[in-house]
Amino acid sequence: MSEPAEKSPLAVFREYCDRGELAYQVGDGEPFFYPRLAAPGTGSTDLDWKVSGGLGTVYATTTLFPRGGDPYDVSLIDLDEGFRMMSRVEGIDPLEVKVGMRVKVRMIPGTDDDAPYPVFDIAEDA
Amino acid sequence: MSKIRGNAAIVGTAESDLGAVAPDMSPIDLMAQGTMRALDDCGLALSDVDGILVAASQSRMAALSLCEYLGVNPGFFDSTQVGGSSFMAHLTHAQAAIAAGLCETVVVAYGSTQRTIGRATASAREPNPYEDPYKPMMPPSAYALAASRHMHEFGTTREQLAEVAVAARNWAKLNPKSFMTDDLTVEDVLNARMISHPFTVRDCCLVTDGGGAIVVTTPERAKDLKQKPVYILGTGEAITHAMISQMPDLTTSGTAISGPIAFERAGVKPSDIDVLALYDAFTINVILFLEDLGYCKKGEGGAFVEGGRIGPGGELAVNTSGGGLSYCHPGMYGLLVLIEAARQIQGVCGERQQDNVNLTLAHGNGGVLSSQCTVILGSEETL
Repeated sequence: MSEPAEKSPLAVFREYCDRGELAYQVGDGEPFFYPRLAAPGTGSTDLDWKVSGGLGTVYATTTLFPRGGDPYDVSLIDLDEGFRMMSRVEGIDPLEVKVGMRVKVRMIPGTDDDAPYPVFDIAEDA
Repeated sequence: MSKIRGNAAIVGTAESDLGAVAPDMSPIDLMAQGTMRALDDCGLALSDVDGILVAASQSRMAALSLCEYLGVNPGFFDSTQVGGSSFMAHLTHAQAAIAAGLCETVVVAYGSTQRTIGRATASAREPNPYEDPYKPMMPPSAYALAASRHMHEFGTTREQLAEVAVAARNWAKLNPKSFMTDDLTVEDVLNARMISHPFTVRDCCLVTDGGGAIVVTTPERAKDLKQKPVYILGTGEAITHAMISQMPDLTTSGTAISGPIAFERAGVKPSDIDVLALYDAFTINVILFLEDLGYCKKGEGGAFVEGGRIGPGGELAVNTSGGGLSYCHPGMYGLLVLIEAARQIQGVCGERQQDNVNLTLAHGNGGVLSSQCTVILGSEETL
């Protein structure tokens, strides 16, 4: 930690996203997300970046109803490696997204205006 | 039991103008209005105040603004900002500061004009690269996620959530300052405009202007004032996360930490409390907090609130003011939660006043179930 950080945790995360990979970190054997410079709880700075297999389970879900727009999903996903993130489940009616459903990550590529970010599709047999 | 149990007392309380205030009022106008009304309520003067504690979403350095406005230079100040529970934290800090001899008479104040200027302007969101791409509507979506998990794990229903809103509305009808007092049924809640499933607009707190102030002083000074002193018996605080995706367990809030600390410090138990004031930003809040404070087992909160149990005439008086759901919700509603809990002990609540109130609990919630602060208040008989 005495050396200046060459890249922010967010910049590293987005480099993985650009390669189509969902990255997370491990410190003291514990997986965590969002990316940080120190592990939550222990403060360890000896951190490893890992690439998730991309399979997970819906932990909590809501459907938003914006005025004048189409309803859409926001869910919390528990990845099989043991970390949780906010995302969106796509490809089905958002009201049909249920807690406990199995899902698989898909990367939305970055554009000139927006950074790449992960979403999820239903993975019935996973 | 805490060694500073009862070492400070709430002696004055006041709401500022509420609901939809006059055009071009500022949040500091409302804080100052509340401060002078609260001092008048107890019979103290601005010159008696040597501590200012204040927070607002529209003022990043609220203590600076309020001290300048009032022309005071207090020896003790605090702008702790942990969302809607900030004022419960302020009471803890005021109690500690008075015990340490840093000050003697403090004002805790708040003001908001979010209805006038719009909620998005009043509470500018901080950029969040890990949640923004998904466009959650905050805060409702965060609480909706918690509700979805509670429904999944325990079978809690939308009808049970709606019972919380109906109870709040029935209390609000007894409070002349309530923003919404028309009849509300469970069916009305379910059929209202959907915001973030499972919440309709009636599962969500009001968006109003408002504010107010509380005056806290030493027991010695409290004895000779206009209102019955309300003693701070015990407080507890917890922060479990900032982002909803980081909340350790969406069905158990930090109230399960702050509540037991407050009860232990106050030397009382949940069944001793006469009136509960729980920060009802959303209907799920009340269910979570009743469970986490020990009024029922985890997962049984939905069944607990059925049949009007927490409404007027029910077994347990919860949110007698009408709550953030029907009385007033200016964005950081905790100060008004404390005011109702204090006034029930003072016996000044008019038509909604409960009988023989000696112990009340005010519970504040901030962020997205992130900060939880519990305050237990008592009459002189509880000392």
